[in-house]
Amino acid sequence: MTGPVQPLSPQAQRYWNPYVAGFGLGLTLLLSFVALGVGLGASGSTARLAATAAHAVAPAAVEANGYLGPWFQGGSPLANYLVFMSLGTLVGGLVSALFARRVHVAVERGGRITPRARLVLAVAGGLLVGFASRMAAGCTSGQALTGSALLLGGSWAFLAAVFAGGFLVAPLVRKEWLP
Amino acid sequence: MNLFDQGLLDTPFGWTAALLVGLAFGFWLERAGFGSSRKLAAIFYLRDFAVVRVMFTAVATAALGLVALDVAGLFDASRVYRMETLLGPQIVGGLLFGAGFVAGGWCPGTALVGAASGKLDALAFLAATLLGSLVYAAFWPQLAPLQDVGTCGVVTLPELLHLSSGAVAALVVAVALAAFTAIHRFAPRR
Repeated sequence: MTGPVQPLSPQAQRYWNPYVAGFGLGLTLLLSFVALGVGLGASGSTARLAATAAHAVAPAAVEANGYLGPWFQGGSPLANYLVFMSLGTLVGGLVSALFARRVHVAVERGGRITPRARLVLAVAGGLLVGFASRMAAGCTSGQALTGSALLLGGSWAFLAAVFAGGFLVAPLVRKEWLP
Repeated sequence: MNLFDQGLLDTPFGWTAALLVGLAFGFWLERAGFGSSRKLAAIFYLRDFAVVRVMFTAVATAALGLVALDVAGLFDASRVYRMETLLGPQIVGGLLFGAGFVAGGWCPGTALVGAASGKLDALAFLAATLLGSLVYAAFWPQLAPLQDVGTCGVVTLPELLHLSSGAVAALVVAVALAAFTAIHRFAPRR
C-alpha cells in the first residue's frame, strides 16, 4: 500500500493537512450560509454555460426544452450567482496553486495508462457526472457538502450513493489509477 | 437576514459576494490537494483518505457552526435555502455520479481547480459535463416523470430522527470523529 498522494513535482509544496483544509472549507461553507443564504455549488454554473452555448446554436429548440427553457425567461442563464461563484473557484484555485508552485500543464494519470486513454475516461466520467448532477439537482458541492451540513435527508442519501457508485466502479478502472 | 432571503442574490452585489465566497472555496479545495485527480480517485482504492477527512471535517464544522450561530441568536438558520429531497433521482443520480467520479477523476468543483492547475484531464472532464447536462435536458420529456419518484419536499434528519438540530449536528461530529479514528488506525501512512 502507498500513502497519501502528494504533488509529483519536487518544486511543488506538499498539500495541507486534510483537517486544516477541511476546517477552512467548513468555515467557507458557513460564510456562504450566513452571507449569501445558500451553500456552495459548482455544477449549476457548468450546466448554465452549456445551455448558453446550445442556445447560441439552436435558440428555438433550447427555449422550447422543458428543462432549459425556464432558464431563459429572465434573460441570460449566466446572470446567476452560481456562475460568479464558479469564476471565483477557478481564480481561488489558480492563486493557491501558483503560490504552492503546483501549476503544471499535464494530463494527470496513474503510471499504467496512456494520456489518450486517460482523456477518454475523463470524458466518459464527465458525461456521467454532468448528467447525474442535473438528475440529483446538484453535485458533491451543492448536495453532498452543502446539503449534508444542512442535515438534509436527500443530500445524505446522495452522498452515500456517490461513495457506493464510486467503490462499485473502482475495480473496473483500477489500471487508470495504479501508481 | 441574508442575500437570498432579501432577494438580492442575483444582483451585482450578490454576484460580487458569491465571487468572493468562490475564491475561498477554490483556495481551500486546492490546498486540500483536490486539484489532483490522482488524489481524489485514491479514496476509492483506500490509498488516500483526504476526500473523507476534508469532506467530513467541512460538513461537521459548517453544521455545528450553523447551529451555534442560531442558538446564540446571531443568525437565523431557518432562513438558509434548503433543497427538496428527491429520493429516487438522488440515489440513482448519486450512483451514476460516483461511477463518473472514479472514471473521470473529478467532480465539477474540483475540476475547476484542476483546470486552473493546468490539468488537461480536468478540462476534458469539464467539457464533457457540459455535454452531459445537455443530454439530460434532451431526454427531459422521458426523464421528467422519473424525477418525481420519492419526492417528499424538504426533509431534514432532525425531523426524521425526532431530535433537535443541535443533537443531530453533535451526532455528525461524533460519527466524523469515529471515522477519523478508524482511518488513523488503518490508513497507510506514507
